[in-house]
Amino acid sequence: MLTVKDLYVSVDGKEILKGINLEVKPGEVHAIMGPNGSGKSTLANVLAGKEEYEVISGSVSFLNNDLLEMSPENRARNGLFLGFQYPVEIPGVSMVNFMKAAVNELRKFRGEKPLTAGAFLKLMREKKELVELDTQLTNRSVNEGFSGGEKKKNEIFQMAMLEPKLAILDETDSGLDIDALKIVARGVNALKSSESSTIVVTHYQRLLDYIVPDFVHVLYDGRIVKSSGKELALELEAKGYDWIKKENGS
Amino acid sequence: MGVVVENTDLSLKLAGHFNDVKEKLFLNSPDVINAHRQKAFQDFVSQGIPTRKNESYKYTDLQPTFMPDYTFIHEKGGGDVALHEIFKCDVPQLDTYMVLLQNGWFYDQDSRTGVLPEGVIMDSLENVAKQQPELIEKYYAALAKSEDDPLIALNTAFAKDGYLLYIPANVEIAKPLQIINLLKSDTDAFITQRNLVIAEPGAKVNLIICDHTLNSNKYLSNSVTEIHIGENAQVDYYVLQNQHNDSASLNTVCIRQGNDSTVRTNTVSLHGGLIRNSLKVVLDGENAEAGIFGMAFMDRRQHIDNFTRIIHAKPHCQSTQVYKNVMDDKSSGAFSGLIHVVRDAQKINAFQRNNNLLLTDEATMHTKPQLIIDADDVKCSHGATVGQIDNEALFYLRTRGIGEKEAMLMMMNAFTHEVVQEIKVVPLRERIDELISRRLNGEVARCHECAYDCDS
Repeated sequence: MLTVKDLYVSVDGKEILKGINLEVKPGEVHAIMGPNGSGKSTLANVLAGKEEYEVISGSVSFLNNDLLEMSPENRARNGLFLGFQYPVEIPGVSMVNFMKAAVNELRKFRGEKPLTAGAFLKLMREKKELVELDTQLTNRSVNEGFSGGEKKKNEIFQMAMLEPKLAILDETDSGLDIDALKIVARGVNALKSSESSTIVVTHYQRLLDYIVPDFVHVLYDGRIVKSSGKELALELEAKGYDWIKKENGS
Repeated sequence: MGVVVENTDLSLKLAGHFNDVKEKLFLNSPDVINAHRQKAFQDFVSQGIPTRKNESYKYTDLQPTFMPDYTFIHEKGGGDVALHEIFKCDVPQLDTYMVLLQNGWFYDQDSRTGVLPEGVIMDSLENVAKQQPELIEKYYAALAKSEDDPLIALNTAFAKDGYLLYIPANVEIAKPLQIINLLKSDTDAFITQRNLVIAEPGAKVNLIICDHTLNSNKYLSNSVTEIHIGENAQVDYYVLQNQHNDSASLNTVCIRQGNDSTVRTNTVSLHGGLIRNSLKVVLDGENAEAGIFGMAFMDRRQHIDNFTRIIHAKPHCQSTQVYKNVMDDKSSGAFSGLIHVVRDAQKINAFQRNNNLLLTDEATMHTKPQLIIDADDVKCSHGATVGQIDNEALFYLRTRGIGEKEAMLMMMNAFTHEVVQEIKVVPLRERIDELISRRLNGEVARCHECAYDCDS
């Protein structure tokens, strides 16, 4: 699905990622954990194609395509999804038009006809129910006036609408209370299949109680310094990140 | 110094032309119009073509605009073209009464679009001024004063024709009335158009004004429109400006509102080399309401100047102004908006906002909100922004599979949405929405099918 090799990335001349290696196979759930400033969000954003991030070296292959050569929209059309840590408010762009454009771009890319208005609304309704998104919210502008929790639910709603092959969820748990967290996790789990993969980027182990990872990676100072099974997350929860920092000489 | 001399030369040239054609201007013109001609000419001579030293024209250089040798169209053309044939408005489901003017001269009403309600007069200003001078005597040049502004003076000096709309008391014109101003001349042309709208108490009308050029000659159009809105009357005034890059469109609109009246203006500037919209609204009655909206989409070296004066002369009134501009390439623009609450006009609620989106580093925008408040119990606010497309939002849309261009369009549409939704004639709103999308998409948003080549 996704193969990241020796990825070096800098932002504003500052090197943030210093040689990332990561292999994600279909059906797998990977968690990327690490202390603040370790490069987690940079990794998520660079995979989604954010232009401010400069790839210095390394390669990323996504479904046998050179991901780094693709525009953000082409990455999305090929099945990559980024759930934003801070979803952007876009006044004046209605949720309905936004989702209709996104779904139909995807269908066009696959050589399918646009959905009829009826079919589209039905799809919206189904997916809204999945994440218990307030119906009123989809009548508004994208994320405008949404609470923190609603914004995160909205990310999962969009993911449900687009059914990506690889979803990267960047700190989707931050700012969520336990009920919202459960709903978000339920949404993610419901969309899981043997064909699709998930990368959960998180600071805390909490989310991983509900989205059980196959692999846990610890990112520290721009490198993956530890990879293991889900038990690593519990260890991090118990011991914090200090031992990781010590092991890696800081 | 050179510029001053040059301007004087240009002003002298215009003055000379006036003297040359003076007899012709007076001849066959109704007394009502002639009565103001000489004074207006003197007012023009004393003011001259406005330079940028004139605070009201600070952001628009009219020098290059007046430079070319234009032909003045002081006489009505022979109706050389079958306008109805070459011009078919393709606004779908927009059922309107349609009126055509060519080069500032009233052509006629398309009888196929129906018969106006009884008592309504929609005709050539010249005709009506001749036949029923008593109807327009007290209204003509009552709001647009030649001593106030050189372009008004110039217009009043040269004025021959335009449209006159008279709506008797309590008559509501249900269908919108569409006025199509076409510019088509064999040479570069200087157009003077003078319009007058009289809405008697309780009258109601939706006016749609479409400005178009039909061939690629240079045009300078200097139009003045006076709109008198009686007690409890309602006038919606929508303007769609769609001219080519060699056109200069100078428009002055002066509105006076009576008690309990409502006016709503929405000026959509899609295309034009240089556009100056000067709008003055005097809320001269209690409980009057004015909604003043505008949006412009400029590119290449196009220039837009929206200059508004909202005068609150009586208490208990409300005004709202929202102007939005999308500026691409090397386009330039200005918004100068004044809210003036005169002495003792209490309980006024006046609001003004101007937002601008610059798509390139070379596009420029000046924005100048002004408040003059001589009353103490009022609520006035204004705000202005000049910004770029939000890159974070653009990235967000793109990560959902929406292409960069489409995402830009969505954001630009979102930017102007607030102004578009103020268009209350639904088919027109939908049509303008589409025109804006096509305009933003880089297609020329001609809103008509026409047999002529319209280089833009």
